[in-house]
Amino acid sequence: MLKTRVIPCLDVKDGRVVKGVNFVDLVDAGDPVEQARIYDAEGADELCFLDITASSDNRDTIFDVVARTAEACFMPVTVGGGVRTLEDIRKLLLAGADKVSINTAAVKNPDFVREAARKFGSQCIVVSIDAKSVGPDKFEIFTHGGREPTGIDAVSFAKQMVEYGAGELLVTSMDRDGTQSGFNIPLTKTIADSVHVPVIASGGVGTLDHMVEGVRDAHASAVLAASIFHFGTYRIREVKDHMKAAGIPVREA
Amino acid sequence: MSVAIIDYGSGNLRSAAKAFERAARETGFSDPILVTDDPEKVRNASHIVLPGVGAYADCRAGLDAVIGMVEVLNEQVIARGKPFFGICVGMQLMSTVGREFVESPGLDWISGEVVAIEPNDPTLKIPHMGWNELVLDPAGKSHPVLSGISDGDHAYFVHSYHMHVTNPNERLASVSYGAEITAMIGRDNMVGTQFHPEKSQKTGLTIIGNFLGWKP
Repeated sequence: MLKTRVIPCLDVKDGRVVKGVNFVDLVDAGDPVEQARIYDAEGADELCFLDITASSDNRDTIFDVVARTAEACFMPVTVGGGVRTLEDIRKLLLAGADKVSINTAAVKNPDFVREAARKFGSQCIVVSIDAKSVGPDKFEIFTHGGREPTGIDAVSFAKQMVEYGAGELLVTSMDRDGTQSGFNIPLTKTIADSVHVPVIASGGVGTLDHMVEGVRDAHASAVLAASIFHFGTYRIREVKDHMKAAGIPVREA
Repeated sequence: MSVAIIDYGSGNLRSAAKAFERAARETGFSDPILVTDDPEKVRNASHIVLPGVGAYADCRAGLDAVIGMVEVLNEQVIARGKPFFGICVGMQLMSTVGREFVESPGLDWISGEVVAIEPNDPTLKIPHMGWNELVLDPAGKSHPVLSGISDGDHAYFVHSYHMHVTNPNERLASVSYGAEITAMIGRDNMVGTQFHPEKSQKTGLTIIGNFLGWKP
C-alpha cells in the first residue's frame, strides 16, 4: 500500500536555515544539511528546501546546500524559491535535487511549466499554488507571500498546470500560513478532487490533528510543514504515530 | 574494474552515483564509480547501471543517440554476462516494448511490455508517487540482490507506466497500487527496479550493496 508522505520544509536564506530550534544532536543548527540529516534519521519521507535568498549575489548558495544534502540523505529532495528559468531547474537537478517547485514563474507564464515538464519530465515538476478563500467555494491565487491578489481562480489554475505537465501540486493555504490554525480544507480538497496528480497540503499546521485533517478531509497525498518541525513542537515520529492512530497509512522508518 | 553508470542525457545522475559510492564504502567495494557516456568505459566496467527518468521513447532515443552504447550493452550484459542494474525507466528499457505515447522497442532482455498504470480505484493518483511496501515474488525471496530485504520494506516510486512481465519467474517483487505493479525484475546476471534505490534510504542502499557484491 502506498503511504501518505510527511514532508518537513526548511526555509533557507543565503545557505543558512532561517529559523530553527537547537536540537541537542545538532552540531550546527544553522546548517540546512545538519537539519536535513536529523529529518532523514527521524523518518521524513521527503525533504523540501524553500530558498528565500533575496540577493542575487547569494543565489548560488542553494546549490551547495542541495549538493551536500545529496551526499548525506538518500531520500527525495524538492527545492523551491526563485525557480524562474530552465537553467535554474537544470542547475538544481544537477546539484542533486529530485524535484523543483515553481511558484511565481508559473503564475506569470504558465507556458514555462509546459516547457519545463517537456524538458525535464513531469516527475520533477511541482507547481506551488498559494491561494486564499475569497468567498464560499471561491479560491484565488495570491503572490508575494500572500499580499498580491492575481484574480486567477486557484482550481482552474491547478487543472491547467496539470494539463501542462505538472507531476504534483503543492497547495499552500495562504490565509492559514503561519496561523497554526490548520489547512484551508475546502481549498485543498477542491483542488485534490479536481486533478489526477498528487497534492501536497501546506500552510497553517499547528497540531497533530491538522496533519490528519489534511489527508482525511482534504484528500491530500502528502502533508508539508515547516514551523512545527523547526521549532521542535513535534518530531516527525510523533506526527506519523498520530496519523497512524487515526487510520492513515504511514511509513514507519 | 569499475562500476559504470550510463549517462545518456536522462536526468540527474548525481544522487545515483552518490548512493553507489555510499553503498560501496559500506560494503568494502573499492572500485571506482564512474558516470560515463563512453561505451569503451562501459565495456571495461565490471558492473553496469542504466538509470532513466522521463518517457520511455525519449530514453530509448537518448540511448540510441550515444553511438555504440546499445551494442556494448548487448555484448557485455548478454554475451559476457556482466552484472547489470536498470533503474526506473532504465528497468523499463529491459522490456520488449514500451507503449508510452508511442510504441517504442526496448532492449528485449526480459519479455514484457510497459503500459500505463490504470488503477481500479479512480481516487488513486497518477503518478504512483511515494513509499510503497515491497512484496517479494518466489524468485525474489532467494535472489542475492534482495538479501536482507523482507516483505513490507518500503521503496520510493515515481512513475505513471509500469511493466507487465511475461514470465512470472522473471518478476522479483511487486507493490500494490489498485493492482499489482512490478517493482523489480531480473534473470541471470541482470536486475531492474521500478523504484529508485538511490532514494529509498536503507532499503535502497542494501540492494545496491548486494548488487555490488553479486557474482551471478
